[in-house]
Amino acid sequence: MDFLIFKAPMLMVQASLDGILLGILFALIAYGMALQWGVMNIINIAQGDLVILGGYIAYTIYLWGIHPAWGVIISPIIMFFVGWGLYKLVINKVVDRDLFISILATFGIAIVFQQLMNFIFGADVVVAQSEYGTTMLFDNSVTLPNSKIFSAFISVLYAIALVIYMRKSKLGRAIRATAQNARAAKILGVDTEKVYAATFGINAALCGIAGALISITLTLHPYVGLPYTVRSFMIVIVAGLGNLPAVAVSGMGLGLFEEFADYILGTEFRIGAVFLLLVLILVYRRFKLSRKREYLK
Amino acid sequence: MEKVKQKDLILYSGLIILGLAAPYLFSAFKVQLTYLCVLIVLAMTWNLQGGEMGYNTFGNILFYGLGMYLTASVQVGMFFPLAEWTESGGEKTFVHTTAQYFQGIGVGLLVAAIIPTIIAGAIGYAILGLRGHYFAICTLGLGIAAGEIAGGIEIIGAGQGFTTPPFPAEIVDAEARGKFFYFLSFALLIGTFVFVKYIYGSRFRLILNAIRDNEDKAEAMGIQTMKYKIVGWMCSAFFCGLAGGIMGGLIGYIDSTDVAFDGREMGVFMVLMAILGGKGTLWGPVIGATLFHFFKEGLWTLILGWQYVALGVLIVVIVVYFPEGLMGWLREKYPERFGEVIDEKDRKAQVELK
Repeated sequence: MDFLIFKAPMLMVQASLDGILLGILFALIAYGMALQWGVMNIINIAQGDLVILGGYIAYTIYLWGIHPAWGVIISPIIMFFVGWGLYKLVINKVVDRDLFISILATFGIAIVFQQLMNFIFGADVVVAQSEYGTTMLFDNSVTLPNSKIFSAFISVLYAIALVIYMRKSKLGRAIRATAQNARAAKILGVDTEKVYAATFGINAALCGIAGALISITLTLHPYVGLPYTVRSFMIVIVAGLGNLPAVAVSGMGLGLFEEFADYILGTEFRIGAVFLLLVLILVYRRFKLSRKREYLK
Repeated sequence: MEKVKQKDLILYSGLIILGLAAPYLFSAFKVQLTYLCVLIVLAMTWNLQGGEMGYNTFGNILFYGLGMYLTASVQVGMFFPLAEWTESGGEKTFVHTTAQYFQGIGVGLLVAAIIPTIIAGAIGYAILGLRGHYFAICTLGLGIAAGEIAGGIEIIGAGQGFTTPPFPAEIVDAEARGKFFYFLSFALLIGTFVFVKYIYGSRFRLILNAIRDNEDKAEAMGIQTMKYKIVGWMCSAFFCGLAGGIMGGLIGYIDSTDVAFDGREMGVFMVLMAILGGKGTLWGPVIGATLFHFFKEGLWTLILGWQYVALGVLIVVIVVYFPEGLMGWLREKYPERFGEVIDEKDRKAQVELK
């Protein structure tokens, strides 16, 4: 095999570390997607665009002269209200409907978001400089930007905080109850409308955190949202709803796959490989499930 | 019954005459009319999946883009080396003669019809077993993956695009190019309409509807649903491939993500048009596509820069508030016109219930 990555084993270490750190970030977005899918039964195509919007919020405060790392606190707060507003405006009308309606409606929202971001922030590829420097490992043969380590650390921190919040708080219990049985929860006095709005808000806030981290580790562009949606969708269908360790593991797996695909196939096929992997996973899933399908039990 | 048929006859012949006369009546708008024909074809074939079969696909753009690339590649590759053509503006060094051009586009369209159909059959077997939203997202992924991959393949121009052969210079009549593509697309439109109308009167449509309404039950009744789903998808792929081939020739330039596998425009348009007109009806997609095209062409220039925002808002509004579309709304209002017999007592009872 004539690939550079197989000739230089250190590149493998590089790709693995990059992939795992990136995967943790993907897992955070996927967790938000699993949350809204499980609770509200909608698939949000605009997920990736919420991420990018969160990133642009962090980028804006970076332009104002504040260190972009503060974005991980400011961006989720703003995004929570964006999510809440979006729920009140559109999503509440599609919650109980056919899943395809939610897919199309959020697709429309995604187009609007992309275009508005294009107007406001311009069509250039931007990145917020965190100036965290890089860590050199193995005699300088593996370089690891500290911002990536920082982003993985923050992602894990927020994920743990969210899990504790969902377990302990009143709203968290209400959300879990609604996910199990919305009608029963309603009868027992849970304001499901509010729970839905909060869930969507929390999801948007998670996207905001991820976006802020992406603004310092990767790059931002108004039209790169959809790959993040597809990545999180993929992670969720592999991991299942409401299984956080599996979400983390499959997120890292996806990150690894992407980094290796990048080295082996070339950067121009990276996004294509992600989408093809989605198709392959779905096809695999279909053949696996079709063996189990039984009619007329 | 006889009377209705006569009415239909007048309607159809009127439309055909209008269609034939259109390029002469509105000779400044020939390109727009060609677009309209292609949009109607795309909406009607999408309707076979989304409306009749209940499999909402974002993936028909795959066949459209494939058809586009195949037609252009065959048209060039038949006479000249394809790699040199795409590498550095080969259209300047190699010139198609008139005969070569038409032979090329003829064979190209044939290939563009056949290969997407075969591909639809092959991937249909793999992904048509997915249900509902999994299918929708999977086809979305397919369409985008195709665009990204086509953008990385050198021989078809990669990221810099592929210039399709220019219309033969020997035909000096400036109108000829527009007329040629218009009549080509109009012929495709008639072919598609006749085919879809034939399907609407056949048992095949009932089977598709059974799959939409309850696939498990349909299977339990002994229908081999997978077979029919694949055939349905292959029919769509056939016409989408042809439409793509014509569009490639008309636009004259193929870009992987902005023209061919244009999920952001065409891919969304076809879904939107079918839903706007009313999915699951014969005329719905036709009306939806026409309305949408007029809206688009009329307003696009007025709201320059904001067109995608308007498009996104339009999608949200249509999907959230009019999921049944125009025909669905008409059907609700005048059920008698659609041949539905309404029990007055039943209707009253339902009104009271509300």
